[in-house]
Amino acid sequence: MSASAPEKTMGYVEIPEVLDLHHTYDTATDKINDVILKKKTPVPIAVAMGICFLLVGLLFTTITKLVSTGIGIWGNNQPVAWAFDIINFVWWIGIGHAGTLISAILFLFRQEWRTSINRFAEAMTIFAVMCAGMYPVLHVGRPWLAYWLFPYVNVMQMWPQFRSPLMWDVFAVSTYFTISLLFWYTGLIPDLASLRDRAKTRVSRFITGVLSMGWRGSARHWQRYDIIYLLLAGLSTPLVVSVHSIVSLDFAVAQLPGWHTSIFPPYFVAGAIYSGFAMVLTLAIPVRSYFGFKDFITQRHLDAMSKVMLATGLIVMYGYAMEAFIALVYSGNPNEAFMMKNRMFGPYAWSYWMLITCNGVIPQLLWFKRVRLHTPTLWVITVVINIGMWLERFVIIVTSLHRDFLPSSWGMYAPTKWDIFMFIGTIGFFGFMMCLFLRFIPMFAGFELRELLHKKKSPPH
Amino acid sequence: MNETPNTTPSEPELTLAEARAQLAKARGRNYWRSLEQLASSGRFHAMMEREMPKQAIAVSEWDPIDRRDFIRLMGASLALAGLTACTKQHEEKIVPYVTAPEEIIPGKPLFYATAFSHGGYGYGVLAESHMGRPTKVEGNPDHPASLGAADAFVQASILQLYDPDRSQAHLKLGRSATWNEFARDIEAALSPLSNGAGFHILSETVTSPTLAAQIRAILEKYPQARWHRYSPVNQDNALEGAKLAFGSPVSVRYAFDKAAVVLSLDADFLSHGPGHMRYARDFMARHTPELGKKMSRLYSVESSPNLTGAQADHKLSVRASQVEHIARALARGLGLNVALGDTTGHDEWISAVLRDLKRSRGEAIVIAGDNQPAIVHALAHAMNDALDNHGKTVELIEAVEADPVNHSASIKELSTAMAAGSVKVLLMLGANPVYNAPADCNFTDALAKVPLAIHHGLYFDETAKVSHWHLAATHYLEEWGDVRAFDGTATIVQPLIEPLYGGRSAYEVLSTVLGRSSRKGLEIVQEYWKEASNAGDAFDSQWRHWLRDGVIPSTAGGVQKAVAKSGFGSGAPAPLSSEFEFIFQPDYGVWDGNYANNGWLQEMPRPLTQVVWDNVLLLSPQTAAARGIKSGDVVKLAVGSREVEAPAYVQPGHPDNAATVYLGGGRTAAGRTGDGTGFNAYAVRTSEQPWIAFGTLSSTTSSVDVVTTQEHHSLDGRHLYRIATLEDFIKDPKWVQAYDEFGQDPTSIYPGFDYSKGNQWGMVINLNACIGCNACVVACQAENNIPVVGKDQVRRGREMHWIRVDRYFGGDPANPSTALQPVTCMHCENAPCESVCPVAATTHSADGINQMVYNRCVGTRYCSNNCPYKVRRFNFYKFADHTTPSLKLQRNPDVTVRSRGVMEKCTYCIQRISVARIAAKKQGRLVNVKQDGLQTACQQACPTRAIVFGDINNPEDDIAKLRASPLSYGMLIELNTRPRTTYMARIRNPNPELEGSSSAPQQGEPV
Amino acid sequence: MSETDSNPSLYAVIAEFSTPEAMLKAAEKVRDAGYTRVDALTPFPVHGIVEALGIPKSRMAGLVLTGAIVGCIFGFALQTWLTVYQYPHVISGRPYFSWPNYIPVIFETTVLFAGLTAFVGMLVRNNLPRPYHPIFSAPRVEDATTSKFVILIEAADPKFNLKETTEFLRKSGAEFVGEAPFEAADTERNRAPLLS
Repeated sequence: MSASAPEKTMGYVEIPEVLDLHHTYDTATDKINDVILKKKTPVPIAVAMGICFLLVGLLFTTITKLVSTGIGIWGNNQPVAWAFDIINFVWWIGIGHAGTLISAILFLFRQEWRTSINRFAEAMTIFAVMCAGMYPVLHVGRPWLAYWLFPYVNVMQMWPQFRSPLMWDVFAVSTYFTISLLFWYTGLIPDLASLRDRAKTRVSRFITGVLSMGWRGSARHWQRYDIIYLLLAGLSTPLVVSVHSIVSLDFAVAQLPGWHTSIFPPYFVAGAIYSGFAMVLTLAIPVRSYFGFKDFITQRHLDAMSKVMLATGLIVMYGYAMEAFIALVYSGNPNEAFMMKNRMFGPYAWSYWMLITCNGVIPQLLWFKRVRLHTPTLWVITVVINIGMWLERFVIIVTSLHRDFLPSSWGMYAPTKWDIFMFIGTIGFFGFMMCLFLRFIPMFAGFELRELLHKKKSPPH
Repeated sequence: MNETPNTTPSEPELTLAEARAQLAKARGRNYWRSLEQLASSGRFHAMMEREMPKQAIAVSEWDPIDRRDFIRLMGASLALAGLTACTKQHEEKIVPYVTAPEEIIPGKPLFYATAFSHGGYGYGVLAESHMGRPTKVEGNPDHPASLGAADAFVQASILQLYDPDRSQAHLKLGRSATWNEFARDIEAALSPLSNGAGFHILSETVTSPTLAAQIRAILEKYPQARWHRYSPVNQDNALEGAKLAFGSPVSVRYAFDKAAVVLSLDADFLSHGPGHMRYARDFMARHTPELGKKMSRLYSVESSPNLTGAQADHKLSVRASQVEHIARALARGLGLNVALGDTTGHDEWISAVLRDLKRSRGEAIVIAGDNQPAIVHALAHAMNDALDNHGKTVELIEAVEADPVNHSASIKELSTAMAAGSVKVLLMLGANPVYNAPADCNFTDALAKVPLAIHHGLYFDETAKVSHWHLAATHYLEEWGDVRAFDGTATIVQPLIEPLYGGRSAYEVLSTVLGRSSRKGLEIVQEYWKEASNAGDAFDSQWRHWLRDGVIPSTAGGVQKAVAKSGFGSGAPAPLSSEFEFIFQPDYGVWDGNYANNGWLQEMPRPLTQVVWDNVLLLSPQTAAARGIKSGDVVKLAVGSREVEAPAYVQPGHPDNAATVYLGGGRTAAGRTGDGTGFNAYAVRTSEQPWIAFGTLSSTTSSVDVVTTQEHHSLDGRHLYRIATLEDFIKDPKWVQAYDEFGQDPTSIYPGFDYSKGNQWGMVINLNACIGCNACVVACQAENNIPVVGKDQVRRGREMHWIRVDRYFGGDPANPSTALQPVTCMHCENAPCESVCPVAATTHSADGINQMVYNRCVGTRYCSNNCPYKVRRFNFYKFADHTTPSLKLQRNPDVTVRSRGVMEKCTYCIQRISVARIAAKKQGRLVNVKQDGLQTACQQACPTRAIVFGDINNPEDDIAKLRASPLSYGMLIELNTRPRTTYMARIRNPNPELEGSSSAPQQGEPV
Repeated sequence: MSETDSNPSLYAVIAEFSTPEAMLKAAEKVRDAGYTRVDALTPFPVHGIVEALGIPKSRMAGLVLTGAIVGCIFGFALQTWLTVYQYPHVISGRPYFSWPNYIPVIFETTVLFAGLTAFVGMLVRNNLPRPYHPIFSAPRVEDATTSKFVILIEAADPKFNLKETTEFLRKSGAEFVGEAPFEAADTERNRAPLLS
């Protein structure tokens, strides 16, 4: 194609699935930047922000009460010493995984459709990990001493205990957060630069100028940038697998029936991706319609993500099946067998069967193209999956703990209002951060979109 | 007190009563907050100004007043335990038990022998004193009733000493008054009475020789005066039974260690009665399997599940009214001339028992329970006679109670006199009749007719409230006195501490009545014993020995030669009734209600039911099902016209169409801890039917939550508790370990740590010996500063006990076998809790102890999740009371008081180990538990020596032998935890003739 | 050529293109013409531009690998030193040196160090952050981060001659050629309102 006639060709290229090609570099960029540069906050965002802000208030109230009186305000007890705190921790961490997966793994696999959702998903990752991070810190009996879990030089000459899965968590989660943040920020730099150059006011130019660190798109810079972006993606890929594997070791390393099982790492990772994609869709579907980004997030994206959910969902179901099989048949261990029977028919049976329904049965609808392309239905399914994945952690933690080896110590667990406040509080926090992100940070990777646009319009000769 | 009150005119004046009212309203921690508010308010200072001068007089009489005492009393006068932090060593000479240096070495506790009295009978104890501050009570090994053991009541008595709710001033019509006022009043009241006519004394069971002598002196001085006695839980039936059988009120002393066959007729001799600790020890000495020793056999006929029945080789669960008929059948079977009752359908059982009894003439015991009518006791005596056990396993001794009377009759007589208006002065020593007198006495109304009612007690209780005078009593650790044990052995009670709240002992009260108000306890007691011992000049050295040893030699009751009369049973008994039956039983925790304000006892899981903080009404599963009653449902029990509502609790093994009613609840003036717990069963207990009452049970719509520490009662087919019959065991001695899937030493990929050198601590719990009395639980609580968390927290599953007695039922729900298993930290060599702690807050010591580092713990609770035995306890809140000063005094200074957010658990009493280790190190040797007298608190308290702690590396140590026994097994060793605490499987010795009958407990299918 | 006809306050000459293809062509010409102090500004990474301008290859990958290795060693050394020498405790009867337990942390430190090296390394080698760069004051250059593709030839280039270079760039198909001075010109973007 001749360099002299790009404008002419523009109208005649037919629309591909991943992007509306009526866009030029300018229109695409402006469409992204306008959300940030224009003065008025869109009404849906404003409303959402308001609600979330109230929930954040609730969260801080709960935390204050918690730190001032003790975790006795929760329902935790003997034998169920972990409950909502760890359930929510694992749930949030799981949700985070989709972001890294989309931005890193799909990047390595050169999946074009990732381009218009990766920024969004990465942001989700970071905020989800923030929510997750609150729990391990606040659930301990003496939160003000939680920093003792870090290996730092201290006058007490005391050090952490590296055989504990909780120590592994500390490293895994903090590393995961750091790398995700770097990856996200790296991706943002060129877009902040273009934001800077489109800024109408000096203040916004100053802010974006500082954040973009003087990026000017020099060929030399792009060269290094490309390499480390690829490397970060390469690093994040094993990381995303490792994080949830290590989280699953919290349980697998313990010897409690229902926890002590070697299939947890893969089964947790699959579950994480499952819930992560569900959450991305739960958020993306409203966003694309409210902000009119249907031409960036097309049906093609929804379809692809639905398929990923279907696949991971099947893996997760396989996990449940194996878990039951090993416990009841294969292990021949009476304690294991009792645990599984107790899950299925004990006092918490409802949670187990709800879990099977939410994660196993309902998502099978995704086999049908019509369901995948019918956005409202799809949205409902994603919400159901999120509930299911929460229940999975509830089943694993509570039903295993409440009846273990000594019948004398068996007990029941029920959450208190503070457990629930804390949970919806973190949901509010997550939503609030998402709103800030949508309003003030380019929610699409502009430079990657432009690159994609270029690739689509002028296939390499 | 010079600081000027910063009270503003706008504030109204605060009166004593008002202040007390304010405080009374508050509860628990809340109370203390409000106390501080009160204390900081200007009105408070103003009131102190007003109240003080009165106190100053009160003080100056009994010792020279310095500023500290002044402030102390200022506090006391206001029911402010909060301000009475400072205590003083007693002035008179008291003698340490061990040959310890006379002067106190800081940090080294001294032990003093004294005696705790429960139901009027003495239990010899050694009280531990830190710098003049009693902190713990242990059994006195030289005392016949204790032999070094200390049951829950003994253990918890230390908490009662420091109870901030104890009454803290003598009160006349509700205002604090001086001792002199009392002396004047009593004299003024008695002088007009001719020969003391109208002067009545009400006491509980009295065994104290001095006190008895004083009362006799009073009765001499005032011939017309009357002495009444009433303990709600008394030995009336035993007394009447003895009269029936022998014509005289003799006491009985059993030698269970000599008995091959024991038949209990509804007697819970292992946990109730003045001799229970001794009896449990003796019985178990013979009932645990040992090579070359014939194992004894226990038959138990029980009307209500009790700890004796739980140990029985054959248990017959029948309605209480049937026991007499069974007893008659047995007696007739032994050829005694008694009328037969109705048939009870247990003839096969009875005849088998008879054969067994006859086989072991001279080494059998037939014992009747205190709640069984006199006739059953008489029959038991007769049977022992017929089996000529007298002089061998059964000894008759002169009555231990001073001038024994029938308590029910005695209180009835008193209340009648009161109602008639013939009682002018009533002196109540320790008794609380307004709460616990038989309902038919209408004691409260009658009391209103008494012109001068004087109450002497530890608490400003129900009776004190309606009396004119309330005299604050001293706790036994604050007073001089004496008391006799079940076998008559007398002990001098010596004080360890100056009365905290300026109370006076009963001796001093009576001395005042005799017009000698200035005399102190020591003089009174010494005077009596000088005379009794007529040792002359040698008395002082004798006295020192008595104090040191904690027993007065040759005071045990002399053996009586008596032969059971016949003919008392010739009359036919009342026919069996099908009416609904109530059995009244003292509560295992609060007893007759006396200990209602004791948090340790309230929170102690009641044996067999595991219920805490309430007394309940027990029903059999069948009866409950038939009437559609669930545990926690409120039921209405009616006896005659009297009714009371009670929470029901379904108890397997309870006889049908009957209910066990525990006494001791429903206190209204017990204190902040005891008020409003349980229900008051005395409302339907009459003097005619004090133990077994017929009535009706109806269900109501309401229900409450009855809180237990164990929700699941079945072993669920798991081999945690191992039990077999003697026969089976002899057939296959390897049977115990046969359960262990991977053998005794499962392989591990890790080489494991080398524990072959030095002291290696371990514990063996002998399931044969454990009777489930919970002495260990309370002992541990006392030793290790374990907090009381309250009913609601227990309901949430947050109890803090480091050792617990798990209880499982097996076999037929109608007559299940009961498994009692103490569980505490197993100190696993491969402790699962350690590897999961992210901050190394729990690690292993070189001597094999799984240690908890409180300061390091951040509270992730992961260790608890990973503990297969679930013995770890977490401070979900700031459970320990850091605010109440008097409770601070009680704490063991060698044990950290844990704060909020940290995990805790059994430490094998590491503080005691350290003491021994330091002593041993000085001599450059290893610790030797025997030589160093090293015992854990639970081990020391255990009446049956079921817990053995020691060095598993030392072949001479008992524990080494026990671990080598074929009965030894570890719980869940298939997890390769390598527990240091192991168990001795239980062996039953059933009668082959009866094996398989429903009365023989089977091993654990789920109930 | 001589310095006299070059303006010392001039940083570079820029040529703007609206498609990558056009820019690439021009870039090759520039390279062939022997210009060395050249660069390109593009709104997204354009493949081939580096070769087209003859810019040397970067060595980021090696740097990141080093970071990874250091992280790996650090993770292992830290745990071994602490559990064996500095803070040994008997934990669940396991040996002090229970290396299987170290693996997760070693992995994490490896990734963490590598990631940080990559990010920091990229910034440092690119001389970022950089608040001001002369190119910012070039006309129309702000489009280079969104839609336009710019080639610049520095005045410091030995072959640089304002007239010739400008002419040369125009010939090579640039849609606009402009001059970038060292100091920021008083453009109206700088006069933009503080807040709108």
